[in-house]
Amino acid sequence: MQLTGAQALVKSLETQGVEVMFGLPGGCILPVYDPIIESPIRHILVRHEQGAGHMAEGYAHVTGRPGVAIVTSGPGATNIVTPLCDAYMDSIPIVVITGQVPTAAIGTDAFQEADTTGITMGVTKHNWLVTDASDIPRVIAEAFHVATTGRPGPVLVDVPKDVSLQMMEWYWPESLDLPGYRPPSQPAAELIADAAELIAAARRPVIYAGGGVLKSRASGALRELAEQTGIPVVTTLMARGAFPDSHPLCLGMPGMHGNYTAVTAMQQADLLVALGSRFDDRVTGKVSAFAPHAKVIHVDIDKAELGKVRRPEVGIVADCRLATEALVSALTPRAAAGELKAERLADWSAQLRHWQEQFPLAYDQPAETEATTTGSGAGGRPPLLKPQFVLEVLRDNTPAGTILASGVGQHQMWASQYWRFEQPNTWVNSGGLGTMGFAVPAAIGAKVGRPDAMVWAVDGDGCFQMTAQELVTASAERIPVKIAILNNAYLGMVRQWQHMFYEERYSEVYLSPDLPDYVGWAESMGCVGLRVETPEEVLPAIDKANQIDDRPVVIDFRTDSMEQVFPMVPAGASNDDIVVHPSQRHRLAAP
Amino acid sequence: MRTARHHLLSVLVENKAGVLTRVASLFARRGYNIFSLAVAPTDDPRFSRISIVVDVESSPLEQVIAQLDKLINVVEISELHPDEAREAELLLVTVSADADQRAQVIQLVGVFGGQIVDVGLGALTVMLAGAPDALDDFEELMRSYGIVELQRTGRVALPKLGASSGAAVDHSAESA
Repeated sequence: MQLTGAQALVKSLETQGVEVMFGLPGGCILPVYDPIIESPIRHILVRHEQGAGHMAEGYAHVTGRPGVAIVTSGPGATNIVTPLCDAYMDSIPIVVITGQVPTAAIGTDAFQEADTTGITMGVTKHNWLVTDASDIPRVIAEAFHVATTGRPGPVLVDVPKDVSLQMMEWYWPESLDLPGYRPPSQPAAELIADAAELIAAARRPVIYAGGGVLKSRASGALRELAEQTGIPVVTTLMARGAFPDSHPLCLGMPGMHGNYTAVTAMQQADLLVALGSRFDDRVTGKVSAFAPHAKVIHVDIDKAELGKVRRPEVGIVADCRLATEALVSALTPRAAAGELKAERLADWSAQLRHWQEQFPLAYDQPAETEATTTGSGAGGRPPLLKPQFVLEVLRDNTPAGTILASGVGQHQMWASQYWRFEQPNTWVNSGGLGTMGFAVPAAIGAKVGRPDAMVWAVDGDGCFQMTAQELVTASAERIPVKIAILNNAYLGMVRQWQHMFYEERYSEVYLSPDLPDYVGWAESMGCVGLRVETPEEVLPAIDKANQIDDRPVVIDFRTDSMEQVFPMVPAGASNDDIVVHPSQRHRLAAP
Repeated sequence: MRTARHHLLSVLVENKAGVLTRVASLFARRGYNIFSLAVAPTDDPRFSRISIVVDVESSPLEQVIAQLDKLINVVEISELHPDEAREAELLLVTVSADADQRAQVIQLVGVFGGQIVDVGLGALTVMLAGAPDALDDFEELMRSYGIVELQRTGRVALPKLGASSGAAVDHSAESA
């Protein structure tokens, strides 16, 4: 069967099982858009290529399947560099197809030419420039294989226009020839035995679960391991939902804005069982002072992560689920022999409970602060909402299994802190790169991947303004996502740092609560727009949004800009120097 | 001059467009220094061999190797210890040598087993292939006559025959 390169490309995506792609056409990708008309693959027309990339990420986050984006050459390609980098940092499998100028024009500074493979080399797991149409099926098969196996990540395939137009004989590769790519899978038995030994001997152990638990679908195995050993679990920002927050062994999120117990448990631990986590600087704080008494078991599918930040006593290069299952098996005889009785950790459990009681998440109730912080006076405006309160109401009034997306900043940290994550793959956020503007398109991609689930995005007013145009996409495509803007009229996290570390010198962080008019803007984009200013209005607005299923909803929650994220470990400080909420500081003296 | 921080990596890569860029940009992005680099196809046209002398402490070296191994086109990485490898390098140097000095220079070239490849009125161009240390010595000697121009290729190496099996630390089996 003779096909054009473009037809072969679309047929390859179909063969690969792609059901949806996010994209925006342009000159050099035009040939590929022609066969898309007949393809069963759903194409979602975005308003900016960055949106296509984040939608593909959101789709991949919630389905575990690779997200696909397709854009044109030059500016189309450069606009998707940020999502590629975001996916690279968070190990999200996405496949990006870019058009390229015809091969004869490459290197001539042709119209809309960019060195796409050169530009994206450092932000993809691998990329390909196709120079012959007969390579297309092979390259697409390789691209999906590389994106989804081993440590997942983004890949890019750059297809020159003449290659799309060239004729080729259709085939599908039966096997792949990638001699330099051999992702590990099973853990080495002797290392599992060593790890089991350390686990049985530990008296202050913590399981440090990272995003790799979700990527390898190891949540079930993690729960077995935790329950078998009685070891408490911290779930990093990328692993929220990998272990249920309601589980008695769950300590929640560690790190710069982690809760006191999760942070301090790691500091005081005698053993860290790191599963698919990478000792990110936001988790460790000052590395030399991080978990000083702990031995480390580090399981990661990426060998380069072992010893990159902290040298493990036992380093296991393996698939996280297979390694966790192997640990459970290796520990079973020890459990039977009574080596894993709960009493061995009794002191540790009591200590953790004490910290949890002393240092729960806390924020000032509006009544306590309105006079001083929000300028409420006779005839003045009502006190502004506490963002944490909005999140609590949202959390308690959305169905189980609701998917939560977020942007980056204070609202992201509050969302991670105050939500109750019970299921894997229900939290969609930008962890490593910290990409503002992630929430709206990522939520849209998530809803496309999981149309059965309710999808809420918690966004900041700064973030929302970066990618809000994708709500036009959502309206046009009938993708009913719901956006809660925590509108504090500031670039809030920057403001918090200027408050704490720059003597309250607020430089270029004020955004205004009314400009733009978020309700008017939402409605102009085909969404329902709501504004909420008082605590009494919060629940009715959320209830109303939950009822709307035929279009997106945007709620503009007017929140208190004075509110800060606590706890906080200042950048570069030791986790021992965690700053708790002011109301708890007196307890730090005698913890 | 070679130092203790220098490690020679022999990297077998797929012979595809852009592979050298991938390797070089990885080094740049992760902040690893390349001291010298030589690349050419192997006897199997599907593969090329890149010989890289990296300038790092031994602990980051593990990171260099692990990161390098993640490149899809990198097939195999061996670290060659100088005691257990045959290393060679080629040097071309143009040396100032007037009539009085010419005989001395030619004599030294003879001692080192080099070759005069070009002769001018006031200068000679010499080619010398051999162990990098010998090239260092020769370069030092030539300096006193006045080096007009000098080019070295960077070292290439293969494991010594009959050396212990630990000569080449093969990282391919544990690649990620």
